[in-house]
Amino acid sequence: MNQPKKQEFKTPKHIDDYPTGPQYTAGFLPETNAGWRTVRPLVDHEACVFCLRCYMLCPDGTIFKDNGKINIDMDYCKGCGVCAFECPKDAITMIKEEL
Amino acid sequence: MNNMLAIPKVNVKNMTDKEFFYGHKACAGCGGSIAVRLALKVLGERTFAALPAGCMSAVGFIYPQMAFNINALITTFPGAASMGSGIAVGAKAIGLKDFKTVVIAGDGGTADIGFQALSGMIDRNDDVLYICYDNEAYMNTGIQKSGLTPYGTKTTTTPTGKNLPGSVTHKKNLFEIIAAHDIAYAATASIGYPQDFINKVNKAKHTKGTSFIHVYASCPTGWGTPTETSVDIAKEAVDCGLIFLAEYENGEYKLNRNPKNFKSVNDYLAKQGRFKHMSDRDIEIVSSNRDKKWERMRKHWLQK
Repeated sequence: MNQPKKQEFKTPKHIDDYPTGPQYTAGFLPETNAGWRTVRPLVDHEACVFCLRCYMLCPDGTIFKDNGKINIDMDYCKGCGVCAFECPKDAITMIKEEL
Repeated sequence: MNNMLAIPKVNVKNMTDKEFFYGHKACAGCGGSIAVRLALKVLGERTFAALPAGCMSAVGFIYPQMAFNINALITTFPGAASMGSGIAVGAKAIGLKDFKTVVIAGDGGTADIGFQALSGMIDRNDDVLYICYDNEAYMNTGIQKSGLTPYGTKTTTTPTGKNLPGSVTHKKNLFEIIAAHDIAYAATASIGYPQDFINKVNKAKHTKGTSFIHVYASCPTGWGTPTETSVDIAKEAVDCGLIFLAEYENGEYKLNRNPKNFKSVNDYLAKQGRFKHMSDRDIEIVSSNRDKKWERMRKHWLQK
């Protein structure tokens, strides 16, 4: 997986620990987006032809190549359903996210 | 002009696996974030991004979160292009090589508020790529009309009712305004045609001097569309002729897509909450405006 991962944010203890601008270190993610989902994608690897259209069109970039298969980083998937809608083989279905 | 055939092609199979816009807080199904993500994947790691106020800066920089995995910063609203210019010449002055500067702004930040700085940047021909993701209103602040909002759109500042059809003005012809500066490279694109957009960003990456890409990007929140149809609706806008795909280089316009028959404008409009109220007369105004525009483009832009 090439995506950045969630990191712990340590509250600065001194003024010197704060960044000089409003920006923080590139790719620093203190929290996930998984809680946004009401539905989640389920991939049928038998039907998938690895055309990578879902990988190209995912607004959040959560789909990644994993040894010739597609895989999804569920920490950051928001469940928008673009991948399932755009899949030419209907290999992705959106299922209810249950607790 | 550089030889376009010598540029290595980029597609989904060979583009970098790294993500440079990740973990952002954009709404589910955001079209603008597809445009930004794909553009940065084509431009690569050695990219400086400058973003004015707008959705992409609001969702990318929530301290201490930093969704951009490259050097990126927020600029003043009207000064995004000036900041881009400054980064480009500054990086050159300290001797950096093999880098690209990109400005990513919304339609309001480009056509209205940031226009003066953009015009100046093109005039100086600074080596910057300016990407305008066009979702046809100020979405970040709650859907207000911008210069690129089309006729009949319902926004919070152009309400609909007995006397008003929503926005009473047509979309500003931004592409031709930019091309009139005699810019090195300008193009229009849509996230509904992602490979075409990738090709254009790749071309702009290898262009010396200012380049400009106007990419049509859907907004489920502001348009009242389901989140999963984000890409499909942006494709349909091109298929029904309301959005065109064109390029401008070497002083010549080129129409990339010239469909024989357009899909129904009515179907496209009916799918979106922002156009639901439109009367037959309003739809007629939209389609006759489209036909007039295409007649002019076909007359002047098609290669003979």
